[in-house]
Amino acid sequence: MDSQARDELETAGYDVYNPLPEETVPPPVKMRMSPINQRRLANFKANKRGYWSLWIFLVLFVLTLFADFLANDRPVLVYFKGDFLFPTVIDYPEDRFYDDELALAVTDYRDPFIQDLINEDGWMIWPPVRYNYRTVNREIPTTAPTPPSWTMDKETRCKQYPLGVDDPNCIIGNWNWLGTDDQARDVLARVIYGFRVSVLFGLVLTLASSVIGIAAGAVQGYYGGLIDLLSQRFIEIWTAVPSLYLIMIVSSFFIPGFWTLFLILLAFSWVALVGVVRAEFLRGRNFEYIAAARALGVSNPVIMWRHLLPNAMVATLTFMPFILNGSISTLTALDFLGFGLPAGSASLGEMMAQGKNNLSAPWLGISGFVVISLMLSLLIFIGEAVRDAFDPRKTLA
Amino acid sequence: MRSTHAKRWLERVNMTDKALISVKDLSVAFTQGDEKTLAVDRISFDIKKGETVALVGESGSGKSVTALSVLKLLPYPSASHPTGEILMNGQDMLKADDSEMRKIRGNAVSMIFQEPMTSLNPLHSVERQISEILKIHRGMGETQARQRVLELLNQVGIREPEKRLKSFPHQLSGGQRQRVMIAMALANEPELLIADEPTTALDVTVQAQILELLKQIQRQQGMAMLFITHDLGIVRKFSDRVCVMTDGKIVEQGPVADIFERPQHDYTKHLLAAEPKGEPPATDNSKPIVVQADDLKVWFPVKRGLLRKTVDHIKAVDGIDVKVRQGQTLGIVGESGSGKTTLGLAILRMISSTGRISFSGQDIQENSWKEMRPLRRDMQIVFQDPFGALSPRMSVADIVGEGLKVHFPRISAEERDRKVASTLEEVGLDASTRNRYPHEFSGGQRQRISIARAMVLEPKFVMLDEPTSALDMSVQAQVVDLLRDLQKAHGLAYLFISHDLKVVRALANEVIVMRQGKVVESGPSEQIFDAPQTDYTKALMAAAFRLETAPEGVVNA
Repeated sequence: MDSQARDELETAGYDVYNPLPEETVPPPVKMRMSPINQRRLANFKANKRGYWSLWIFLVLFVLTLFADFLANDRPVLVYFKGDFLFPTVIDYPEDRFYDDELALAVTDYRDPFIQDLINEDGWMIWPPVRYNYRTVNREIPTTAPTPPSWTMDKETRCKQYPLGVDDPNCIIGNWNWLGTDDQARDVLARVIYGFRVSVLFGLVLTLASSVIGIAAGAVQGYYGGLIDLLSQRFIEIWTAVPSLYLIMIVSSFFIPGFWTLFLILLAFSWVALVGVVRAEFLRGRNFEYIAAARALGVSNPVIMWRHLLPNAMVATLTFMPFILNGSISTLTALDFLGFGLPAGSASLGEMMAQGKNNLSAPWLGISGFVVISLMLSLLIFIGEAVRDAFDPRKTLA
Repeated sequence: MRSTHAKRWLERVNMTDKALISVKDLSVAFTQGDEKTLAVDRISFDIKKGETVALVGESGSGKSVTALSVLKLLPYPSASHPTGEILMNGQDMLKADDSEMRKIRGNAVSMIFQEPMTSLNPLHSVERQISEILKIHRGMGETQARQRVLELLNQVGIREPEKRLKSFPHQLSGGQRQRVMIAMALANEPELLIADEPTTALDVTVQAQILELLKQIQRQQGMAMLFITHDLGIVRKFSDRVCVMTDGKIVEQGPVADIFERPQHDYTKHLLAAEPKGEPPATDNSKPIVVQADDLKVWFPVKRGLLRKTVDHIKAVDGIDVKVRQGQTLGIVGESGSGKTTLGLAILRMISSTGRISFSGQDIQENSWKEMRPLRRDMQIVFQDPFGALSPRMSVADIVGEGLKVHFPRISAEERDRKVASTLEEVGLDASTRNRYPHEFSGGQRQRISIARAMVLEPKFVMLDEPTSALDMSVQAQVVDLLRDLQKAHGLAYLFISHDLKVVRALANEVIVMRQGKVVESGPSEQIFDAPQTDYTKALMAAAFRLETAPEGVVNA
């Protein structure tokens, strides 16, 4: 204990106790889960479907986070003239490999010429899929959209390569497992990147709108009165604004990117949690332990943060997977309509739109559908399990 | 009408068999996950026709579970009966199926619950509430049922029952609600009435009236009563036989006089000895005044109309003078709704009021919430409900240490922990339990935690808002002793708010009797308790200490 605090205590009338050296060891902090959380975890695990969905979703999410190493038009690792190069992480200009006036600023590793150069003086490791979401496959055997490679025999598959069946690039890494879209881009690569963009966008939007929504709900519920009244009326008006039209109007002024789209959607999605959190705070502010904290002189923000927020978290966490789902489907819908992410980005909605426009290429629509429905179903199952876990009738039974 | 036939048949059987209902070797077990707990352990007792049997015990002793198993109202299948039978007129109720039980419930056996507000459906009128049972069990029509409802309301002493037919539960007072509950229970002239703490939620004066009513109805109809209570005063006055329960076992049973005069079992002796005892601090007018309030008023405006004009005020506290000296206790008594708690909160500036309030000679009425914060260290509150007053998500050490964090933000974590530990020891808790959560403690221990939270800041003034009324009798006595010891050790000034006059008598040296926001009587406690001046105070004393009802008009219905 520092001397200043000791003085403060002594003037406040305490008997200040001088500890023996061995007594100053802080008490052991027990890092155990409270029994109610243990029961919640058990309830979550008891919902087998939700529990397995969580694991499947986490595996898919972590895999797609490393999409650049799974599907890319650059090798993961290049060994060239005694140096290790990492093209997925660093852009190397072409003159890194040969000296010429015609050298491009960014190396095209799919070019057989570059490949030969590298293979002469070293080696390279390719990702399993040698396309990323915007790589145009110039060797497609038919006009785009091309069907999946496994539906064709080797001859058709290699038709466009310079050396035909014997071409070193007509290999399994250059297959279009799910075909290509109408701009000759690999569908599998677009699906992998699209999954990542959708989930990340959904997560960021959910987190941001939860933070704003919880803060707004907390203030309204805790203070009540005029603040509550005015905010509630504002929210009523705000939710009545047709957000879809607004987004259409905004995106006709400028092409929205990831963050502009995020901000526009955030402006309307934060209200989702306000009602629940406000109700929890309205209920909670009359608890005796809140009155006790006020009587102790604890400040309002601390009461809200430490005493009331934990109560509201149960309701919030129950809602969150569903809000995440909503955010993802909103983004997909906007992309489908062409008001979403800029053209060329990996987007599941855009793939659905292509599927609609190319009915003769069912692999587009089917791939998009399977990925979106798998993602949304997994999240709903997880959400159900979370809801079960926090169900007070189950946790207290 | 089959049920009446059945009843006649039951009555004939009664003539031969003296026990109306006999519980033999009954056990109740609850299964939760893989754990099985025995709530009631092989108990046996009989109730004869026209007899009142009291089931006494502290909370958690299994008395309510016993009562509920008579009607098979437990949450089956998580509850089960490993052994035993409940014979009513030779029929084993535990073996009866659901449709048979429905014929018995509300008909041959009915029940009154503790909380009159929650046991009435808030969306049904009084008439609908009572006539429902008549229609189900007796197949009565609309007019016939109304006739019977009026008769019942008259019987339970509700004045002008015609006007009350269309009332909803929230329009009735607590006592009236409990009367409606009784009317519902009596509707089909049951042979056995189970009353589960029927007066615990009521004021003492109303309690006396309700008990009187139950006794009178029992005399008229000759029904048997199973009376569940923790209040020994009620048992002594109203029951014929008593079963003392603890930990799911009946440890002693017999006629009331025997048990009270010659208790055999240690637990019974302990229960009987558990009345709050001891003397309040001696009045000493030389001690400095800690808190003083003059002409304190808390008026809540009643606003009406489009412009929300204030048309009237609800005068929760209406011009009260309060003075509390160091080391002394001011008791505030009164029925619920009399403004006791509002007065206490106003003195601590937790709600706004008018009138002068001074604390240690300093005028604090005009202080802002921020200016009050440093003063909060010296004025503390202990709340009534030991379950609601502790945040369930914080450990005991965090709960007790919170005030230290606010008022002494610079002391180290170790010092704070030591302070918390020594305070917990002082209030009689094992300091090594301080990293546990509130739900792991019993009601009495939780109240000790609440007291520790107030005491850790070493305040000068503590407002105790019914700190004992949610506790069992024996725990009450311990808490009263603890409060008195703490007062002696630290020279604390107490504002003790309670409707329990026995506890107030053991703690307060001055008493204010409040009614509808005004002082009815005030003065030294010996004078108030031994020689009350006003009719209201007299009625309060009679109801509290002798369970006697007052003449009409003195107290609220």
